[in-house]
Amino acid sequence: MSNPFTGMIEFHSQALALRAERQKVLASNIANADTPGFQARDFDFQAALKAATGPQANRPASVVSTSPGHLPIAHRGVDGSLTLSTLSWRKPEQPSADGNTVDMDRERANFADNALRYEAALRFINSNVRTMVSAIRGE
Amino acid sequence: MSLDRIFDIASSAISAQGKRLNVVASNLANADSVAGPDGEAYKARQAVFQAIGRGREPAGVRLANIVEDQSPGKRIHDPSHPMADAEGYVTHSNVSVVEEMVNMISASRSYQNNVEVMNTARQLMLKTLRMGE
Repeated sequence: MSNPFTGMIEFHSQALALRAERQKVLASNIANADTPGFQARDFDFQAALKAATGPQANRPASVVSTSPGHLPIAHRGVDGSLTLSTLSWRKPEQPSADGNTVDMDRERANFADNALRYEAALRFINSNVRTMVSAIRGE
Repeated sequence: MSLDRIFDIASSAISAQGKRLNVVASNLANADSVAGPDGEAYKARQAVFQAIGRGREPAGVRLANIVEDQSPGKRIHDPSHPMADAEGYVTHSNVSVVEEMVNMISASRSYQNNVEVMNTARQLMLKTLRMGE
């Protein structure tokens, strides 16, 4: 986030990439709602965004998670794209006979919420671009 | 871009749920079948799903197996029936119509959920394409 012109756009684009990633994880939970023994997954968005945009984001990740209970660490892969090294499992609220931990209502709500926030990130980027273009034109 | 993977995931689920609906349709169609010439009545079939994907990766789903319910079918005493055995009993299929109806509703709800997921992903991608306008 060194460039003051593109800093905000860069931040929101990281958020957008993470939102897309989370959308994928939630879609896989919904797809596996009837799979016996499937455990619903998710990640802590706030922690992942902090890890992706924080001061040490550009260094290779130095922390390794060794237990499924650890918070996920987002870092950049070789191609510079965001990758999540850990997904955590959702704590089931109601046990089911086949060991499936997907709560469809909750997943649907999360999915809709995440889609909205994805659109919000897009809108932030768009308005940042518009602001910059109008500053360049000086009209 | 990970949004396009959502199409793979949701379509795998739609296809799996569609196959499950096929199995339910087959069970309901044969709910009143009686023992055939070999003496074996129709056995209810159940679809078994399995997640595709390594470890904790977000995963699609596939129909892993179709298992036959091995419980014995209903035996009804009806000596005048052409399929009756030596003792006058006719073996019917072991399909539980109520269970199959519940199964059908569950499959159709899951199918709808995944169509919804696909539509949302499509809209998000369309909006992403227009970024910066």
